[in-house]
Amino acid sequence: MIETFRQLVNSFASPVTIFTSAMVLFILFVTFPAQMTSPWITLPIVAVVVAFFAVGLTDPHFVSIVTAPDNVPIVALLFITGYFTWYSMRKACENDRRMARGEPPKEKLESEEKVLVFPYLIYIEFVIALVYAIGLVVWSILLKAPLEEPANPTVAPNPSKAPWYFLGLQEMLVYYDPWIAGVLFPTLIIIGLCAIPYIDRDTETSGFFSFKARRPVITVFLFGFWILWILLILVGTFLRGPNWNFFGPFEFWDVHKVVPLLNVNLSEFIFIKWLAWGLPKQWFVREAPGIILVLLYFMVPPAILAKTLFKKYYKKLGPVRYSVMVMLLLFMLALPIKMYFRWAFNLKYIVAIPEFFFNI
Amino acid sequence: MADAPKKPKFDLAKFITEGQIWKSMFRHGYTTSDRDRSLSVLTNVFFHLHPVKVRKSGARFGFTWCAGGLSFFVFLTLVVSGILLMFYYRPTVEYAYNDIVALREHVPFGIMRELHRWGAHAMIITVWIHMFRVFMTGSYKPPREFNWVIGVILLVLTMLLSFTGYLLPWDQLAMWAITVGSNMARATPFLGHEGPGASLLSIGDIQLVTAGSDVRFALLGGRFVGAGALLRFYILHCVAIPTVVVILMAVHFWRIRKDGGISGPL
Repeated sequence: MIETFRQLVNSFASPVTIFTSAMVLFILFVTFPAQMTSPWITLPIVAVVVAFFAVGLTDPHFVSIVTAPDNVPIVALLFITGYFTWYSMRKACENDRRMARGEPPKEKLESEEKVLVFPYLIYIEFVIALVYAIGLVVWSILLKAPLEEPANPTVAPNPSKAPWYFLGLQEMLVYYDPWIAGVLFPTLIIIGLCAIPYIDRDTETSGFFSFKARRPVITVFLFGFWILWILLILVGTFLRGPNWNFFGPFEFWDVHKVVPLLNVNLSEFIFIKWLAWGLPKQWFVREAPGIILVLLYFMVPPAILAKTLFKKYYKKLGPVRYSVMVMLLLFMLALPIKMYFRWAFNLKYIVAIPEFFFNI
Repeated sequence: MADAPKKPKFDLAKFITEGQIWKSMFRHGYTTSDRDRSLSVLTNVFFHLHPVKVRKSGARFGFTWCAGGLSFFVFLTLVVSGILLMFYYRPTVEYAYNDIVALREHVPFGIMRELHRWGAHAMIITVWIHMFRVFMTGSYKPPREFNWVIGVILLVLTMLLSFTGYLLPWDQLAMWAITVGSNMARATPFLGHEGPGASLLSIGDIQLVTAGSDVRFALLGGRFVGAGALLRFYILHCVAIPTVVVILMAVHFWRIRKDGGISGPL
């Protein structure tokens, strides 16, 4: 029974199924937040996750990965961020309902009133500090910090993994070259986070939990936070084994697992498969279709959206803020787009100029 | 016979709290009067990070999750446990690993390293949660934009602190995690020797950006993760980044008050 379950999970698990089902859950969550945060839906989901871990802990491979000392925080992170996402969404929905009835948000009832910091705020801080300190000591006694063999530059462990909070970036390396996944995207994540308050400036929705009035902003943020950051960390930590091959949660990390590499560049698709001309000699001819495609991707949608779907944003933000916002969104979407291209067509690079280490 | 005035009974508590030593340290009483409570904050340099009064909605755990305050507290515990670790640790290839083993084997009831390592993981989580809360309550909006930016920089520095500390045990886990992480710097456009555009930076046949002169070399102090990297990461971890973090935290906390305290609906 449990064995069948494990095999079922293993055969279902793949980057595309996991990413797609997470996307479906995410879309449901932001479309029906009130229903999704009700106990009738939340509790069964929590029960399924807990049951999954409970069943999983009977499997030696699963145990060895999940209880690796450095991986324990990720399991904790999953539940902690899950809880706080649920909590903030629930509060937001409550405030949305209040405001729909014409009442002020709940925080407003107390925001005019002032209380003394000592004791009311310091009391909270003190209790939290105490709880954390006790928790940390217990955690430290129960779980030893890992210490492996002495560093040896001649023996590379397989897989070699970055610290867990950077595994989202390492997972991106599957789809993009290091100059994008390791340099450009992290830079854009930082710039994008910094840009948020300069793009979203409505002060009517500041200082309390709300969702309806901020639906687009919160959706983008949650997408980045959950799908492009936490989900990729989970996949990179728990499901990527030797040679960065994908393994199901209950699959043995076999160093000799053979995965055929069938990935093909866009230029090869066009010049070899479709036109049957053979690859042109000069790189700028060879990569012209890919370069044009990338340029179109960054130039056409902003212009079209400004006239149609994003018309009111364009009006509100002005050309500079609007362009920055759309560029950041396009870069953000570039990751899932490339992922699906890879899964659907085995597309390796859209633009491949290895002469200059310039591959997209 | 007239009653002699009764000698008052000796009261130890009074003797202490009314003596010169006590009064020099604490200049107010501890009654529940508003005056004493205000003075508790005003006359204490640590509590003085706070204003005397805050919005009632802001003093709710359900609103702030205390995630920012907790991040600061976690940082303090990391400073303390980190200082203790520095007594035992030498950042050289010869000693680093053995010092960690010694820490584990010879220090009685030694959980310092655990406190520091798990604390580092915890700080990353609390900082993420803090950012998440500030986002979900819309607290980054004007006039708090710039404080959000400082917060983002602090978030990045928190991860860099953890990343630089990851190398110090000098075991296989450490060395190869840093190797994987720092290999990305190789591909920095123009500045990494395998980055796009780096080959354009040349004078005649002489390449300006090589494995011996790119950003990765600057980070590691060598072409691979070796003695130079260990020393650099040690100094970044123990001195350079914490200094920047402390300065930015001071700005971050100060700006909270200057931008109107814990946010609330307008």
